[in-house]
Amino acid sequence: MSATMQPVGKSDILARAEAAAATVVDPEIPVLTIADLGVLRAVRIARDGKVEVEITPTYSGCPAMATIALEIELALAKAGIEATRVVTVLAPAWSTDWMSPEGRRKLQDYGIAPPLKNTGRRGLFGIDAVACPRCGSAHTERLAEFGSTACKALWRCLDCREPFDHFKCH
Amino acid sequence: MKSGTCEVAMTATAADDMPLVQFTLRLADNALVLGHRLSEWCGHAPTLEEDIGLANIALDLIGQARALYTYAGTAEGRGRDEDKLAYLRDAPQYRNILLVEQPNGDFAATIVRQLLFAAFMAPFWRALSASKDATLAAIAAKAEKETAYHLRHAGEWLIRLGDGTEESHRRAQAALDEFWPYSGELFETDQVERALIKTGIVVDPATLKAEWDRTLDDILAEATLTRPAAGWMQTGGRSGRHSEHLGYILAELQFLQRAYPGASW
Repeated sequence: MSATMQPVGKSDILARAEAAAATVVDPEIPVLTIADLGVLRAVRIARDGKVEVEITPTYSGCPAMATIALEIELALAKAGIEATRVVTVLAPAWSTDWMSPEGRRKLQDYGIAPPLKNTGRRGLFGIDAVACPRCGSAHTERLAEFGSTACKALWRCLDCREPFDHFKCH
Repeated sequence: MKSGTCEVAMTATAADDMPLVQFTLRLADNALVLGHRLSEWCGHAPTLEEDIGLANIALDLIGQARALYTYAGTAEGRGRDEDKLAYLRDAPQYRNILLVEQPNGDFAATIVRQLLFAAFMAPFWRALSASKDATLAAIAAKAEKETAYHLRHAGEWLIRLGDGTEESHRRAQAALDEFWPYSGELFETDQVERALIKTGIVVDPATLKAEWDRTLDDILAEATLTRPAAGWMQTGGRSGRHSEHLGYILAELQFLQRAYPGASW
């Protein structure tokens, strides 16, 4: 193998791996990919030659992590990459601020109010003002702090009367 | 810490000489035992939303426990993973505070237990996220955000119960009086913490007392509940002396691994 061949081969594998990993969706919210969510942190070729994919959990107890790891391995295998390793990292702690604008739009279209932007710590205890993802009204109320998954709360629109999920700030 | 029962309880743990392991196990045991307790509400909570809410909080706590057990096992370096630590230690080896193993009681009791704990853990995780131990800091940074929601949930409920009907007020006050003597253990330190406080790994819980007091006083005032007088406090869980309740929790939690060692699916 010539000196010029190897870097090209490696970056080709990396590009394919990145593209494949980015297609994996959150099993709980299948309109979002793990890239949209900010759960996919890095794809690299490790020293032992394996493709290493780094993910971070949204919540400590997120039950989707095992499925996501499995789906990543499957997606990479389908892209012809067999030697893989999925690594979970905790720091820095995942934040809803990492969610892509595309991810926010997809959530909204799916009927889930996206997290408020750049809220940080204040967002956790501040007064929430969540717009209804269906009619856009700001005239809404929280029904329950916890919703159908760890990352969501249950809200209701007081104008169109529809209940909806809100992706909580984190 | 020189009593006979304490020494008996301490002998069975391999990690007595490792403060970091001991400290991490205490945190992990608190999270697992309280998470298990809350999971008992699944299918029994007063409303569907609350059923989901309590299960969500349980899930957060068990997630925190898993990260902490994994770290304790790694730091100990004797081949114990999260499952071995959770499933193969008996009650005297568990180091959780007595508060978290107390039975759920009525809904008011569950909420009071939750509030006493979360009002402490919120500032505790915030402080620990600046720990010199990078793994503990990372776990804490994650747990802090989750605990913010737990605290708000418990606080809002206690205000509704205390400032609700005569019946709900009576039950909330009774629960507060019953669990209050278990709150002292939140602020205890012994040689395990002292070794880690010195090196900047752990925060001294005494420095969090003022914030805990303020949080509780604000909520209790709005809930029209009376703060119990300062007095004698329960102790022992952190060194392995537990109430009889923990044994029943472990009997359920550990049954499968005890009956079918090594079973997995």
